[in-house]
Amino acid sequence: MEKFTTLRSTAVPLDIENIDTDQIIPARFLKATDKKGFGDNAFRDWRYNKQGEINNDFILNDPTYSGSILVAGDNFGCGSSREHAPWALVGYGFKVIVSSFFADIFKGNALNNGLLPVQVSSDFLKNLMSEITNNPETIVTVNLEAQTISANDGNLSQAFDIDPYKKTCMINGYDDIDFLLSKKDAIEAFEVEKQF
Amino acid sequence: MGKTLFDKVWDAHVVDKIENGPQVLYIDKHLIHEVTSPQAFNELRDRNIPILRPKQVVATADHNTPTENQHLPVKDELSRNQLEQLSKNCKENGITLYDLGHKYNGIVHVMAPELGITQPGMTMVCGDSHTSTHGAFGTIAFGIGTSQVAQVFASQCLLLQKPKSLRVNVNGKLKNGVYPKDVILYVISKLGTNSGTGYFCEYAGDVFENMSMEGRMTVCNMSIEMGARGGMIAPDEKTFEYIKGREFAPKGDEFDKKVAYWKTLPSDADATFDKEYFFDASDIDPMVTYGTNPGMGIKITEKIPEINDASFEKSLKYMNFQKGESLINKPINYVFIGSCTNSRIEDFRVAANYVKGKRKASNVTAWLVPGSKQVEAQIIKEGLKDIFDEAGFKLRQPGCSACLAMNDDKIPQGEYCVSTSNRNFEGRQGQGARTILASPLVAAATAVEGKIIDITKHLN
Repeated sequence: MEKFTTLRSTAVPLDIENIDTDQIIPARFLKATDKKGFGDNAFRDWRYNKQGEINNDFILNDPTYSGSILVAGDNFGCGSSREHAPWALVGYGFKVIVSSFFADIFKGNALNNGLLPVQVSSDFLKNLMSEITNNPETIVTVNLEAQTISANDGNLSQAFDIDPYKKTCMINGYDDIDFLLSKKDAIEAFEVEKQF
Repeated sequence: MGKTLFDKVWDAHVVDKIENGPQVLYIDKHLIHEVTSPQAFNELRDRNIPILRPKQVVATADHNTPTENQHLPVKDELSRNQLEQLSKNCKENGITLYDLGHKYNGIVHVMAPELGITQPGMTMVCGDSHTSTHGAFGTIAFGIGTSQVAQVFASQCLLLQKPKSLRVNVNGKLKNGVYPKDVILYVISKLGTNSGTGYFCEYAGDVFENMSMEGRMTVCNMSIEMGARGGMIAPDEKTFEYIKGREFAPKGDEFDKKVAYWKTLPSDADATFDKEYFFDASDIDPMVTYGTNPGMGIKITEKIPEINDASFEKSLKYMNFQKGESLINKPINYVFIGSCTNSRIEDFRVAANYVKGKRKASNVTAWLVPGSKQVEAQIIKEGLKDIFDEAGFKLRQPGCSACLAMNDDKIPQGEYCVSTSNRNFEGRQGQGARTILASPLVAAATAVEGKIIDITKHLN
């Protein structure tokens, strides 16, 4: 997994609530057996119509906005557990998702793929959304070590929470398999005790 | 202080705890399918890590399978490749696979309970968010991502923060024509799609106590639609009776010993929950959804609420509905009865009971998709297939089908589908398709009438 410490980037405002993982990557693209190529189909049915033509009304198709930070409405990533959603977002080029609320499974899946979910207050989200919408060149800084997100030369700033264990994993690029394998003796002892 | 059902099962599976961090939770059963497992097998192969307990893994092919001509090679190349990968991965690793055509094949959340794989007090996971279904047995069961599938392969464990506890109580007597699907759609319409995020939900009260095991599965199945990782119902005599005698159920003395343990699992009377809600069964009517998330539900007799909010309006625009309008008399051309929510024998009995002696409306394309080969066999055995045939319906073969439209069972753009599945997200049943979630009764009535009717007027 790629290491994450600090990111400075412009951001894309996606002011829609309850974005489910079916929107992030529709089910018909889940037929691959590897993790590559999902970025091309991220938000496929919002980016293109059924005939494959570009939907110019969708924010990701607006050249005004770009960057590796996606700022999205409340309850991001609800629905299906498909890890293809973070694969698609990472493949598209996002490294951070900012929202006022994340669905559980999506949040875990994102963290397992080096994609940082930054949960902020509803007020902060509203202000950030309006700032980046009105001033697309605004640089947003996400500092994982300090657990802060700021924009507009620090005039807009907030601390965010992250599980300390997951923070260590993100900063060092560790994954859970390494950790779990280090617990093999405890796991086997547990199995004997519980008579599995 | 007393412990909850969830606490009892969770605490019995904690292998280790990280200070101020997640816990190492042991997983008893790991269910896998073709769509979310291949990358996990690859990960282990690439890192040269063996699967620790292949005997605790059970596989089925369901998400990406055709529901017609299952005896023929799968036409779509990508789908065929994914299914072949599953077979190959299972064979190489000594994992039992109920492949397409096997008498035990079916949707993972239908076939595992019917084989007695799902048992109270267990921890179960699957790379599918509707794994919450198995909570109907007093099981901690939840959906995981593919990285976590790989973690369970490698260690039979997961690293997790212990969720908070939530209890939803529904007491009283359900009205005639109100089914478990209506109960859970009602609860989600009241609580919203993220009220359960960070929580594990227990359903309690006489409505759930009186519900069949299949009904309990329908309810627990949709826990994820209010954001809860899982839902649970205390095991009772009905649970034990359901499990007894099934293929992988404990036998003889072992069964009695297990039952004695299972009886200790229900929440203690003095257990407390982080959040608790109470609802009255008499307030629940047959439900339908009108929007693009499962929380956007109304009683079938109600009108679409008038809410001024951009996301709400975007949703209505997608559905081509207006604020304040009723769904009754809306012409409907597609009906889907199936999915891990409502594809069990009781669901088809409800549908058959309604359509008996009637005819499917000529404008309606109806897909009746059993949840498993065993459900399919039972439908035939009970004569329900004959009823469906006579009414102009065609029974298809088992699979996830039009619930997520990975196979050819796609609803065309702009069309409405009254569906017994669990998600009405944009494009869920096909690009541009518009989904209305409902019970098997409402779905069957829609198929016969060719439009949504006020089913409450047709009940005694």
